[in-house]
Amino acid sequence: MPLDNVVFWVFAPIAVAAAVAMLLTRHVIYAALFLVANFACIAVMYLLLDAAFLFAVQIIVYAGAIMVLFLFVIMLLGVDRIDVRSERLFLQRPLAIVLGIGFVVEVTAAIRAGVGLSTHAPEGFDQLQQAGNTQAVAAVLFRDYFFPFEATSILLIVAAIAAMVLAQRKVRAVTQAEIDAEVAAGQPSDVRTAS
Amino acid sequence: MRTPIAYFLLLAGVLFALGIVGVLVNRNALRIFMSVELQLNAVNLTLVAFARLRNDLGGQVLAFFSMVVAAAEVVVGLAIIVSIYRRRRSVDVDEVRELRW
Repeated sequence: MPLDNVVFWVFAPIAVAAAVAMLLTRHVIYAALFLVANFACIAVMYLLLDAAFLFAVQIIVYAGAIMVLFLFVIMLLGVDRIDVRSERLFLQRPLAIVLGIGFVVEVTAAIRAGVGLSTHAPEGFDQLQQAGNTQAVAAVLFRDYFFPFEATSILLIVAAIAAMVLAQRKVRAVTQAEIDAEVAAGQPSDVRTAS
Repeated sequence: MRTPIAYFLLLAGVLFALGIVGVLVNRNALRIFMSVELQLNAVNLTLVAFARLRNDLGGQVLAFFSMVVAAAEVVVGLAIIVSIYRRRRSVDVDEVRELRW
């Protein structure tokens, strides 16, 4: 059995199992951790598909940054309080599962018709990235896709500012007159009046 | 490279289907969001697999852009969830009725 196949059949079941476990687990924080495992398995798949650069990006950006952000928010909101226990819609769960299975069947048929279930990737990808995958991706990125690349920098700045605006706590400025009034009334409301 | 490309596409399809089920079943906004991330990843895997099949690095670059956009999307989405939670003490998507017609 070729090594590629071994690696695939080790990591593909782990990826699917992690995704299933993410759906089944009761704790939101475990769900996030299972998602990290799933992302790591997908990163290995990138390695099998000769995309070493995306392997690194997947680990750093997805398993690292994005999931840490998720965990951060879960912790921030309080792990035990955010699980929702409202009643479900009629047949919601069975219908969703049936739709999911139907989707898998559909995709299988489409792959069979379009790609073929045993089609191997053509040779010649190594010539495409002789100097290394990262260099080859960089050449395409900075030559053919330079304008979209610059546009993403704007996108990221806008997203960062938007996050700060959306998540900020509205803090009302307290005037000196209000503090004086509170102190005069003998009921300083909190610490800020002490100074 | 001896694993057929179809296997990767099938894996991506299964993960995408699991993401669909997660979005349809859950009420918790954070869980829905995580399922959407799963779907995004499945699509990225498809892009990379097709890049390999067609000997075209454009697919990998597109997957890279997709990751960048996903990062931006996560930041804004989580900020929205945090601000909803601050307002209503809940992340149940059924309770957020402000944007309903």
